[in-house]
Amino acid sequence: MIGRAAAVAVLLALVVAPFVPMGGMRQYVLHVVIQIFIWSFIGGAWSLMGRFGLVSLGHGAFLGVGAYTTTLLWNFYGLTPWLGTLVAMAAAVVLALIVAYPCSRFGIIGHYFALVTLAVGEVVRLLIIAERDWTGGSLGLTLKTAGASGSLLAAQSADKRVFYYAALIVWLIGLWVWVRLDRSMARAAMEAIGEDEVAAASVGVHVARFKLAITALSAALTAFGGVVYAQYITYVNPETLAGIGVSLRIVFAVVLGGMYSWLGPTVGTALTITLQEYLRVKFGLRLIGMAETIYGLLLVVFIIFLPAGIYGSVRALLARRRAPAPATA
Amino acid sequence: MIDPVFLLEAAINGVLLGGVLALLALGLNLIFGVLDVVWIAYVDLVMVCMYLVYFLVMGYGWPVWLGGLAGIGLGVLLGLAVHLLIITPILSSPPVNQLLATGGLLFFIQSFATFLWTTDHRSIRINLPVVEVGGLFLSFARLIAFALSIVAMLGLWVFLRRTFIGTAIRAVAQDRGAMALMGADPQRIYLVTSGVGGAMAGLAAALLSIQYSVHPYFGAAFGPITFMVCVLGGLGNMLGAFIASFVMSEIISLGGVLWSTEMGYVIAFALFIVMMFIRPGGILARRER
Repeated sequence: MIGRAAAVAVLLALVVAPFVPMGGMRQYVLHVVIQIFIWSFIGGAWSLMGRFGLVSLGHGAFLGVGAYTTTLLWNFYGLTPWLGTLVAMAAAVVLALIVAYPCSRFGIIGHYFALVTLAVGEVVRLLIIAERDWTGGSLGLTLKTAGASGSLLAAQSADKRVFYYAALIVWLIGLWVWVRLDRSMARAAMEAIGEDEVAAASVGVHVARFKLAITALSAALTAFGGVVYAQYITYVNPETLAGIGVSLRIVFAVVLGGMYSWLGPTVGTALTITLQEYLRVKFGLRLIGMAETIYGLLLVVFIIFLPAGIYGSVRALLARRRAPAPATA
Repeated sequence: MIDPVFLLEAAINGVLLGGVLALLALGLNLIFGVLDVVWIAYVDLVMVCMYLVYFLVMGYGWPVWLGGLAGIGLGVLLGLAVHLLIITPILSSPPVNQLLATGGLLFFIQSFATFLWTTDHRSIRINLPVVEVGGLFLSFARLIAFALSIVAMLGLWVFLRRTFIGTAIRAVAQDRGAMALMGADPQRIYLVTSGVGGAMAGLAAALLSIQYSVHPYFGAAFGPITFMVCVLGGLGNMLGAFIASFVMSEIISLGGVLWSTEMGYVIAFALFIVMMFIRPGGILARRER
C-alpha cells in the first residue's frame, strides 16, 4: 500500500517537474533527466537478457542499427521516423536473430556469447564508419531539420518538454515490459535456461525458442531506444551509438543499479549520468576521465561484493528488515 | 587493378602486425585459453607496462633493455594483483562475472591513464638500425620483437607441456575441484599462471614500446583483436594463436588495401564470429563428433 502511494507520488512529481520554476537551470535539468529516461529504458532492454545470463557486450549494434535506420530513411527518403522506427526495430530483430540463432544452435553461452556479441557490436560500428558516403563515417550525421519549431511528422521538437514527456512514457513502457516479463511463465523458463540449459530442456523447456524470443525483444527495444535518442539529440555518431564503448556503458549502468530488479537499470543509469554531469560541471576540463575512473572502480567492487547492484541490495536489505521472523514453511 | 607492389607492401605490413598480435596473444592465451579466466583488460595491462617503460627510458634515461625488464616486473605484479584482488573473490561465480569485473578494470585503467597522462601519444625516440633483406627494409625493432615472440612462444609451449607446473596448470583448467581433491593447491597454480601471464604482458609491452606510441586507448585498439586471435587459434593452443595472428593481420592488411581499413577489420571480425560457430576449437582443431 505504501509502495503504491509512493509510486503514484513519484510519478506525479515527474509529471509536474517541467513546470516547476527552476530559472535558467530548467533546460539543463530537463536535458539530464531526458537522458536518464532514455538510457534507463535501454539499460532495461539490455537487462531483459542480462538477468538470465545472456550477457551481451554488443547492444551498441542494435542501438546503432536503430538510430541510423530512422536517420538515414528520414534524411534520404523523407520517411517519417514514426514508420522508420518500425523498420529500425525489424532490422534490429533480424540482426539479433542472425547472431542468436547460431549461438543457440552451437551452444555459445556465457563469456563466449559475450565475446561474439562484442564482435558484432564492433562490426556494426566499423560498417557505419566504412559506409561514410551516406553515414558520414566517424564524423556522424545530423538529422535534417523540419523547421525551427519542429514538426510532429518528423518527430522533432524545439521544446524540451515535449521530449521530456515522450521519454517519460518510453521509460514507463520499458518498466511495464520488464514487470510483465517478470510475472510471466517465460521468466521461470528463462531462469531455468540461465542456470542449466540441458536441465531446462530435459523438463520440457523449449530452450532455443525462449532464448531467441528474449533476444529479439531486447534488440527491438534497444533499437527503439536508439531511435528516441537520435530524435532527441538530432545527431548520430558511430562512437556514441555503436561499438564497445557504449555497449559497456549500458552494461555498466545496469550492473551498478542491479540487473535483477525492475528499477535497477534506472537507479544505475541515474547514478552514472548524475555523477558524470556533476564532475563535468564541478571540475570542467581539469578532471577528464575521472568520472569513468570512478565508474570502473565501482564496477569491479560491485561485481565482487554486490552482484545484485545498489537497488537490488537495498531492496533485499529492506525486505529482510520488514520480515524479522523468518517464515517457516 | 591494384599495383602488385602495393599488395606486397600490404602483405609485409601484415606480417609485421601479425608479430605484434602474436606477442599480445601469448599471455592472454595462457590466462584465457589455458586457465579459462577472462581478463578483458589484458591489453590495458600491457599498456600500463608500456607507460612504465616509456617513463623509465624517456624520463629517467634508463637503457631500453633495463626499462623492458622493469616492464616485465610490473607485468608480473599486475598479473598477481588482478588475480588476487579481482578474480579470486569471484572464482566460483559464473565466468561472465569475471568478464564484467575486468571490464570495470578496463574502464578504470583507460580513464585513469587519460586523467594522469592525457590522450597524448608518447613514443620512445631511439634510433634502431634498419636491416635490408633483398631490397626490403625491415626495422630492427620489429625483427627483435618478432624473434623474441617466437622464443617466448616456444618457451611457453615447453613450460606447459614439459614441466610439472605446466601440467598442473592444464589440470586446473580441466577441473578445479578435482585438482584440490588430488591434494594440489589450485590457488598456487592460479597465481603462478597469472604471474607468467603478467610477465608475458610485460614482455609484449617492452617490445611494443619501441615500435608503437603508447596512449590510453591502446588497449581498446588491440584488445578485441587479441581475444579473437586466441579464440581463432584454439584456446590455449600457442601454435594455433601464432598462425591465427598472421591470418588475422593479413586479412586486416590486405583488406585495408583492397577495400578500406574498416572493411579489413569487419572481415576479420566476421571471420571470428563464423569460426566461433563452426569451429570453436580453433583452426588447428581436428573436428570432433
